Amino acid sequence: MIRVVLPPHLRTLAHVGSEVTLEVAGAVSLRSVLDELEARYPMLRGTIRDHVTQQRRPFLRFFACEQDLSHESPDTPLPDAIASGAEPLIVLGAIAGG
Amino acid sequence: MSKVRVLAGTRKGAFILTSDGKREKWAVSGPHFAGWEMYHMKGSPADPNRLYASQTSGWFGQIIQRSDDGGKTWHQPGTPPGAAPTPPAVPKGDSNKFAYDTSAETGKPLTTHQWYDGTQHPWEFKRVWHFEPSLTDPDTVYAGVEDAALFRSTDGGETWAELAGLRGHGTGPKWQPGAGGMCLHTIILDPKNRDRIFIAISAAGAFRTDDGGKTWKPINRGLRSQYIPDQDAEVGHCVHHVAMHPARPNVLFMQKHWDVMRSDDAGDNWREVSGNLPTDFGFVIDVHAHEPETIYVVPIKSDSEHYVHEGKLRVYRSKAGGNEWEALTKGLPQSNCYVNVLRDAMAVDSLDKCGIYFGTSGGQVYASADAGDTWAPIVRDLPAVLSVEVQTLP
Repeated sequence: MIRVVLPPHLRTLAHVGSEVTLEVAGAVSLRSVLDELEARYPMLRGTIRDHVTQQRRPFLRFFACEQDLSHESPDTPLPDAIASGAEPLIVLGAIAGG
Repeated sequence: MSKVRVLAGTRKGAFILTSDGKREKWAVSGPHFAGWEMYHMKGSPADPNRLYASQTSGWFGQIIQRSDDGGKTWHQPGTPPGAAPTPPAVPKGDSNKFAYDTSAETGKPLTTHQWYDGTQHPWEFKRVWHFEPSLTDPDTVYAGVEDAALFRSTDGGETWAELAGLRGHGTGPKWQPGAGGMCLHTIILDPKNRDRIFIAISAAGAFRTDDGGKTWKPINRGLRSQYIPDQDAEVGHCVHHVAMHPARPNVLFMQKHWDVMRSDDAGDNWREVSGNLPTDFGFVIDVHAHEPETIYVVPIKSDSEHYVHEGKLRVYRSKAGGNEWEALTKGLPQSNCYVNVLRDAMAVDSLDKCGIYFGTSGGQVYASADAGDTWAPIVRDLPAVLSVEVQTLP
């Protein structure tokens, strides 16, 4: 089980609370987690990653386990604590938060 | 009795203001989509309960919202209304996908435009500035976007396709952003000729198609602009807004960056009608619903001082199609007022007498139920108003 914390505006769009849980098959990476998040909540497509380029939107950041993963390769495995659900992957708006 | 529904988009959400035909007492609904920039909302002429809304954010990008019940409930087209969808009925979620067409079939439209410094810059989608629903089909709607391009949906906003012939015209490398970005902000559908559409771009100018959007031509003859090397060039003009009366689709009125202009031949030629305006810089322009020669503007002091002239909020009306203007001030602040009125923030209803509405950067939405003779605020303290549309309902 993967836990993802979304910023308030995206919670509203997805009709969810502060944290969502996902089941991700195979390797747990930013790409696989976001793919599953968008499959489960398609109204979030285009809000975290660009529809066409699949690049992270510039004012969004990815934090986990007190690390900034924003500039990691999308296919880099996420920390074990994320893969096990012990810690959440945090998606947030940079600084002012939008 | 008839009713009116005013759709106000603001920097921090959308508001819906409703009244009966007297337009004296108003109900206010909102904020909808609280905290988001609502660039534009507009209802379908074919189904007044069908509304489209552009919800945007520099952080989270573009969201398209649709209502099928006059604004009571909203959903992103392609996702079911109400609760979050659950697999396996997962919708596509493509309603906010605006992908520029670079296909060989459409001539591979040029993919760079001029940047502020004169260099070339790639086309990048930022937001929808304006929706123009079809006059006959609620599921067909046009979207004017930044960076400037025209998109169309024929499935109620679920998916969008570019009308690439506009960028394919070939003058794209000369288009450049205005202060608000390089936006396609005006879309006018000709009610007498379904193949004719007018659009306007800051800062490229006005364009017209006569074949349903396949090919386009610039219609800027007569415009002069100080901020381009060739002041009467074919393209490069910062057109702020264009308005048309549906009974006379060949007559167009334009508020340019500076200058109020008029065309009597569907944009082929323009002449200035600024006349006795105190300043001819401004953003909005609109036409009385029943008097095609009566037009309205709100003069703004200058392009470096985006607020009304002399601290007075004045709507100017010409009953002669331009040149001769009168200030309309009754009910509007006439001292210490420094608000702006943006290009899509004025609208007219079709009641008798014609109602005029506009919103300000100070968060006021003003209404006149007597064609501009007198004004009163509907609301005074909204976030900065980006757009105002009105629907006249049975």
